[in-house]
Amino acid sequence: MLNCKQAVALMTQGMDRELGAGQRMSLRFHLMMCSGCRNFSKQMKFIREGFRKFPQQDN
Amino acid sequence: MQDSPSLNPDPRGERDLSADLAALRRDMLKFARLQLRDEAAAEDAVQEALTAALGSQQSFGNRAQLKTWVFGILKNKIVDIIRDRARSPVAAETVDEIPDDAYDDLFNENGFWRDDARPSSWGNPENSFSSQQFWQVFEICLTRLPKNTARVFMMREMLGFETEEICKELAISPTNCWVVLHRARMGLRLCLDERWFNSENRNAEL
Repeated sequence: MLNCKQAVALMTQGMDRELGAGQRMSLRFHLMMCSGCRNFSKQMKFIREGFRKFPQQDN
Repeated sequence: MQDSPSLNPDPRGERDLSADLAALRRDMLKFARLQLRDEAAAEDAVQEALTAALGSQQSFGNRAQLKTWVFGILKNKIVDIIRDRARSPVAAETVDEIPDDAYDDLFNENGFWRDDARPSSWGNPENSFSSQQFWQVFEICLTRLPKNTARVFMMREMLGFETEEICKELAISPTNCWVVLHRARMGLRLCLDERWFNSENRNAEL
């Protein structure tokens, strides 16, 4: 079973390459039980979205 | 820098475009500097992008469309510059910029989040996109990352390079590439968490 450190490593890797089916499965299982990692996952997506918006911000 | 393009008030459309582009120039420079970390190269990229924009016959309904389009041109210029740069011997340095164990203390000995490090919800973080102050923090956090790490991260996220291509450009192994990106993501997340989502700044503004 994954611990949080391993789950975090998989989540960041998942931003840069496709994870294997087994990795996705263990990650999903971990996320079901771990609110900290669920928050982390959302934050990674938010950061990606931020990069996409960055040049278009109006200030 | 060359003289600004003709400000001839006739025809009206052209004058409006010139004025808008001048307003964009500052933002473009900021963007290019962040990515290139080289003032002269940033100036060149922005100038070329503006020249290309002014040379085109495109017309735009609004300023936001124009901005998206001009930044698209600028991104391509920056990508060209990065590709043209000789393979610099930064590889090993890049990989080690953020130490191996930099984020170890977020986790306990079993690899689970420590109580004080467990990510808490950022609520509806998208609301921050409309805050000017948020973008300042975002930029500060990017700038605080080590130089080459930030460069790799921005190649990936702002310029849309595939990871394989970044490794190739920097002549580092895919594994090292992921390591650099991993540490960059950890660093940016922590910085945003500390300086915005769990800080007075944000509460003051939202």
